[in-house]
Amino acid sequence: VPGRAEQWPSLAPAYHLILEGILILWIIRLLFSKTYKLQERSDLTVKEKEELIEEWQPEPLVPPVSKDHPALNYNIVSGPPSHNIVVNGKKCVNFASFNFLGLLDNARVKAAALASLKKYGVGTCGPRGFYGTFDVHLDLEDRLAKFMKTEEAIIYSYGFATIASAIPAYSKRGSPFHLHGLPGSRCPLNLKCVLFCFFLLKNPRKARVTRRFIVVEGLYMNTGTVCPLPELVKLKYKYKARIFLEESLSFGVLGEHGRGVTEHFGISIDDIDLISANMENSLASVGGFCCGRSFVIDHQRLSGQGYCFSASLPPLLAAAAIEALNIMEENPGIFLVLKEKCERIHKALQGISGLKVVGESLSPAFHLQLTDSTGAREKDVTLLQEIVNHCMNRGIALTQARYLEKEEKCLPPPSIRVVVTVEQTDEELERAARIIKEAAQAVLL
Amino acid sequence: AAAAAAAAGQIHHVTQNGGLYKRPFNEAFEETPMLVAVLTYVGYGVLTLFGYLRDFLRHWRIEKCHHATERKEQQDFVSLYQDFENFYTRNLYMRIRDNWNRPICSVPGARVDIMERQSHDYNWSFKYTGNIIKGVINMGSYNYLGFARNTGSCQEAAAKVLEEYGVGVCSTRQEIGNLDKHEELEKLVASFLGVEAAMAYGMGFATNSMNIPALVGKGCLILSDELNHASLVLGARLSGATIRIFKHNNMQSLEKLLKDAIVYGQPRTRRPWKKILILVEGIYSMEGSIVRLPEVIALKKKYKAYLYLDEAHSIGALGPTGRGVVDYFGLDPQDVDVMMGTFTKSFGASGGYIGGKKELIDYLRTHSHSAVYATSLSPPVVEQIVTSMKCIMGQDGTTLGKECIQQLAENTRYFRRRLKEMGFIIYGNEDSPVVPLMLYMPAKIGAFGREMLKRNIGVVVVGFPATPIIESRARFCLSAAHTKEILDTALKEIDEVGDLLQLKYSRHRLVPLLDRPFDETTYEETED
Repeated sequence: VPGRAEQWPSLAPAYHLILEGILILWIIRLLFSKTYKLQERSDLTVKEKEELIEEWQPEPLVPPVSKDHPALNYNIVSGPPSHNIVVNGKKCVNFASFNFLGLLDNARVKAAALASLKKYGVGTCGPRGFYGTFDVHLDLEDRLAKFMKTEEAIIYSYGFATIASAIPAYSKRGSPFHLHGLPGSRCPLNLKCVLFCFFLLKNPRKARVTRRFIVVEGLYMNTGTVCPLPELVKLKYKYKARIFLEESLSFGVLGEHGRGVTEHFGISIDDIDLISANMENSLASVGGFCCGRSFVIDHQRLSGQGYCFSASLPPLLAAAAIEALNIMEENPGIFLVLKEKCERIHKALQGISGLKVVGESLSPAFHLQLTDSTGAREKDVTLLQEIVNHCMNRGIALTQARYLEKEEKCLPPPSIRVVVTVEQTDEELERAARIIKEAAQAVLL
Repeated sequence: AAAAAAAAGQIHHVTQNGGLYKRPFNEAFEETPMLVAVLTYVGYGVLTLFGYLRDFLRHWRIEKCHHATERKEQQDFVSLYQDFENFYTRNLYMRIRDNWNRPICSVPGARVDIMERQSHDYNWSFKYTGNIIKGVINMGSYNYLGFARNTGSCQEAAAKVLEEYGVGVCSTRQEIGNLDKHEELEKLVASFLGVEAAMAYGMGFATNSMNIPALVGKGCLILSDELNHASLVLGARLSGATIRIFKHNNMQSLEKLLKDAIVYGQPRTRRPWKKILILVEGIYSMEGSIVRLPEVIALKKKYKAYLYLDEAHSIGALGPTGRGVVDYFGLDPQDVDVMMGTFTKSFGASGGYIGGKKELIDYLRTHSHSAVYATSLSPPVVEQIVTSMKCIMGQDGTTLGKECIQQLAENTRYFRRRLKEMGFIIYGNEDSPVVPLMLYMPAKIGAFGREMLKRNIGVVVVGFPATPIIESRARFCLSAAHTKEILDTALKEIDEVGDLLQLKYSRHRLVPLLDRPFDETTYEETED
């Protein structure tokens, strides 16, 4: 019948209606039911939390250290650590302190420090920003800048903190730092490959805004080698990286006037962005400094953590450093004397059976390593310690080179450190070489 | 920041928390007045606008550019600094730079001689006129017990040791730099603190940053106070442990973090934490507040965490016998796992120490960066520490130590009391010798510093980023070397300058009491 069909123009078959009804009921149910999470977070009751707190046992604050740990028993030095040193009650000639220019015992340096002590007392009682800047600090910074022929210098109160504060002041996360510290790798080809590969960045846009730094040591303490500075300067301009030079060992040692590795190679100091050194070796004081152009150094006065947040260098140490600088400037001949003594002892120590000399002949701090390692580091360390004890009993003070074994990326093999100073006479050098030879024979054969 | 200050303590908050505290703990951080906060923000806004204007002028060479620039040969290198990093330095810090880094040329005692400097190019460069401003009252040096002296028994002993030992050491502790003087010092420090053993280092900053990584590592949790010193923050970051921060001196916040840490474990893996280390300081040098040590120790014992207490400012300055914040609260030093401190402030020398159980110190002797790679303390400095420590302990046969400690405590209470009576907002604990006076507005930072120097008083002013941006302050460090006359002179001048610069913001007035001795009922005299 036509009318009936018109009354219900959109009448669908019955199953449609039933399906739609079920769908609507389902939607209503979903709307009013609780939300369903994939991972139910178990809410713990208060009692369960208390039980967890009761049960938790932390590790001990520090793991126990065995009594035989080689680093636990320090050598005790009675009296000043100068040329003639008394170690553990035995009188020895000092071949272990980094007192290259013999200024530890110098009467002039002591007199200058004493005068400063009488004027200022011992401590500075404040960081540089808050009445901790003394005129001696400003003097010392001035003198260091003039000596190194740079625009400005900044001093820190602790040698270790110097480079540790300087590098973070310029970098942020993501700045690549190339540390050229691979032992024994003097080959500039190695470094070239490393840099080149890094700079084949897949993202050239990022390369345009990342700062690049090359950090090197002038004279490596771990290997006694000199860094290949001329090649590095060429690489610097080619790959647009900045060079930070750490000269703790080479300041006051290399170069005609003791200005370090730049003078040794005859490179203009302006090519190096930052030179950092500590005053604890050649200058026989305490503390460190950075020098370079004002553009670079001035930034550390507000961003160097060890400078802004730490008390300044005690004035007597600064006065001692100034006097030591005076002596270095008046006597440029001592650097040649030191060089001769280094070469002498290098030659004398060649050919010892069982020990090999590691380090260049112009490095005053070099290493003696075992030619054939026993295979286990602890055994090597014990053998070397016996050699050291043998030498100490006969009046030559030596020490093993110490490292934090877990922290070093490329841990150098155990070695005995030998340090040459200008105060050692030729006769003492001969005697030391002889005694080391005897000790090596006695212990290793 | 104002809200945080209000949340940290109500006005004159006194606790006597269930017998944990043996004396009232008075700490106050008055809320910033609303008008002052608004004006401070306006001030910074104006300065920022002018900063952009000046940068624009400098960029287009209309104004001369004074700061150093990159070498011509290196112009195409990636620039060493980001322009924005230095915006604050160029445009705000430079204007008032003459208040910092003031060079002195005498011993930093109660009075000091400052070298006069002048600038003809608005602080971009300084010239020394050659004049010396003599006898400036020194309220900025950390000389709490007055041992910064160039005469007296400490100086004579140090001079003798200098003659004998020289100045440098040229070697590390593990190699051949361990002198008999160092052994003597460490035994003395251990007996002073009341712990089993101690180890001394050459620099206080380095003590924190090199030893915290030796104690904790990945898989450990560090709970650090909001306002901890940069060295603690650096040490925590270098260690690689997870760091969580609790609100300043707020024990509820700390307890919640401890509970959550133990119950839920490490994030994502839910493994239990290996260790939990709580980092707090004895006296916080920017706030002048003292840590709530009895509550921290109670929490630490309940949740089996370890406590690292940095007593850089509180050693020697607090406590009836000068042994620091542990002594001040009358607690047992064995409860603190790692007691760290520095010799710079109360002993007039330099360096830092860590004290604790023998296992801890043995471990640090073998595993600390400082022992292996850094030079040991210089002998005359060691002698200064030894002599001053013996003096404080009374072992040198005089009562000088005890007198200094008492003088400092009296100076502290007198000075704080008078400043509060005058109407300044002073932060911090009643017994803390560090007194921050709030300035708030950026222009007043420079004005306060300069006006006080004109009146022959040297003060320290601090602004952003050492403090929150609107809470700039002037910080006074009291000393046992300050006599009552010196303090009265200083207070008179502060009063004048406070009126001149309208610094008296406090809305609470204390009833002025002139010559009554101070005791526990002091807090009853507030009137609102």
